[in-house]
Amino acid sequence: MSAFLSILRGILEEGLVYAIMALGVYVTFKILDFPDLSVDGTFPMGGAVTAVLILAGVPPILTLLISFLAGAVVGIATGIIHVKFKVRDMLSGMIVMTALYSINLRIAGKSNLAIFSQETIFDNAYLDRVIPEAFHPYLVVSILLVIVLIMKILLDVYLKTKSGYLLRAVGDNDTLVTSLAKDKGTVKIIGLAIANAFVALAGSIFTQKSGFFDISTGTGTMVIGLASVIIGTSIFKKLSVVKATTAVIIGSIVYKACVAVAIERGMQASDLKLITAVLFLIILVLSSDRKRRMKVNA
Amino acid sequence: MLELRNINKYYNPGTVNEMCLFENFCLKVQNGEFVSVVGSNGSGKTSMLNIICGSIPIDSGSIIINDADISNMPEHIRQRRIGRVYQNPAMGTCPTMTILENMSLADNKGRTFNLSRGTDKKRVEYYRERLKTLNLGLEDKMNIPVGSLSGGQRQAMALLMATMTPIEFLILDEHTAALDPKTAELIMQLTDKVVKEKKLTTIMVTHNLRYAVEYGNRLLMMHQGVVIIDKVGAQKDAVAIDSILEKFNEISIECGN
Repeated sequence: MSAFLSILRGILEEGLVYAIMALGVYVTFKILDFPDLSVDGTFPMGGAVTAVLILAGVPPILTLLISFLAGAVVGIATGIIHVKFKVRDMLSGMIVMTALYSINLRIAGKSNLAIFSQETIFDNAYLDRVIPEAFHPYLVVSILLVIVLIMKILLDVYLKTKSGYLLRAVGDNDTLVTSLAKDKGTVKIIGLAIANAFVALAGSIFTQKSGFFDISTGTGTMVIGLASVIIGTSIFKKLSVVKATTAVIIGSIVYKACVAVAIERGMQASDLKLITAVLFLIILVLSSDRKRRMKVNA
Repeated sequence: MLELRNINKYYNPGTVNEMCLFENFCLKVQNGEFVSVVGSNGSGKTSMLNIICGSIPIDSGSIIINDADISNMPEHIRQRRIGRVYQNPAMGTCPTMTILENMSLADNKGRTFNLSRGTDKKRVEYYRERLKTLNLGLEDKMNIPVGSLSGGQRQAMALLMATMTPIEFLILDEHTAALDPKTAELIMQLTDKVVKEKKLTTIMVTHNLRYAVEYGNRLLMMHQGVVIIDKVGAQKDAVAIDSILEKFNEISIECGN
């Protein structure tokens, strides 16, 4: 396979993993209008939970579900801190993110865990038996595509339910939610739970794909997610046929492509966070809606 | 019946800016009454509505609806029986959601928001009919976001949405103040129609003295947290705008305005 195709495959794989996380950030940032920083802790938490469970012999598929639920718990925690204890939205996320750093170390036992030789959703005896050898280079991309599509459709369907309507209403105009005789705080907590569940799921998949858990993988998660959401929604601003969730997934892939180009141009892998930050800054400056969105809710 | 009993409300208690708004404030609103409330800025009109709805806490006293004390009931629970339209047309609708989605949301008030389909296809025709009663052509634009409507159209929708499900009380907080005179007139007529149709107990705060005199069957004037004029039924019908204006001038002179 040519070098170009290999790079393209790498971009797609990375982009799709982070797309699931970006869908979660889309829920908090765009729908709830809540700058949720806890995702920086939720992403590695999904990885830590997964690595430990896989080493303990839990089936890889099941670790996805458990990570998803663990993420939801984190979201509920952030939500309760914000809603019940009346802590500012950004601060609630910071508190949870900080606490999660230690919690993740507790879960994993150390700052990195390798699962190279273990079975994962991408590499197991069943897949080896069923999928022909020639298809193997595309296996990871295909599996990721299936998972991303399932999660996207689930989110789309949810947003069209009554509960989903209420979630959209609370970010838009929370007075209306009160007028509808519903507690806006509860709705926010549900939204944060969904968002963090998506992020933890992405963390689980990331760990299974890369074969290790590392405590530092979480740093910058929110920035990557925000960048993907803003790129996606800006590209398709004029095209209302493209659903926002689709736009976010494409945004994530475009973002990873930008990073790949930067690295191709001679940047080091250790410059990654710098690239992340600079790219995010460029995207913020180029997109016009930052002024409206950068407000901090009390 | 809605009753405010001995309400005390201080703003900024314990500071040099402490201000007493209500001291032993009492008000009884009978079922089916349409109360227009006028008064200068800071007279406590909106605070009274906020106290009834539970948007602001009271220091002491009780709020009673049909013999049940609701003083400690959270705001969103009280809203089950109350429909509220705000001065700002943006408060009553969701701008990024479509007209149809907004109608579906309002239609589900009082029920659970579960995982069933957000918009019930069978209800779409009903929503269309309701929108037609506004005469604004909204029934042909059901799939556009409410944010792209004008203030008057949004306020009309807000009124429709607030009164869609069975409620007992309608709270109108200067709901025509942000509209041009013609649209304000339209919204007032719609309000009067829906109040009569649904026999709602209504409290309307307004700065428009003509509306206060023309609509409703009870008129209150408030000043510094006290009701200074209270005319009901035939007494109210006899009230002329000039006499209210005179009283208004009187209290303004007192305040040094």
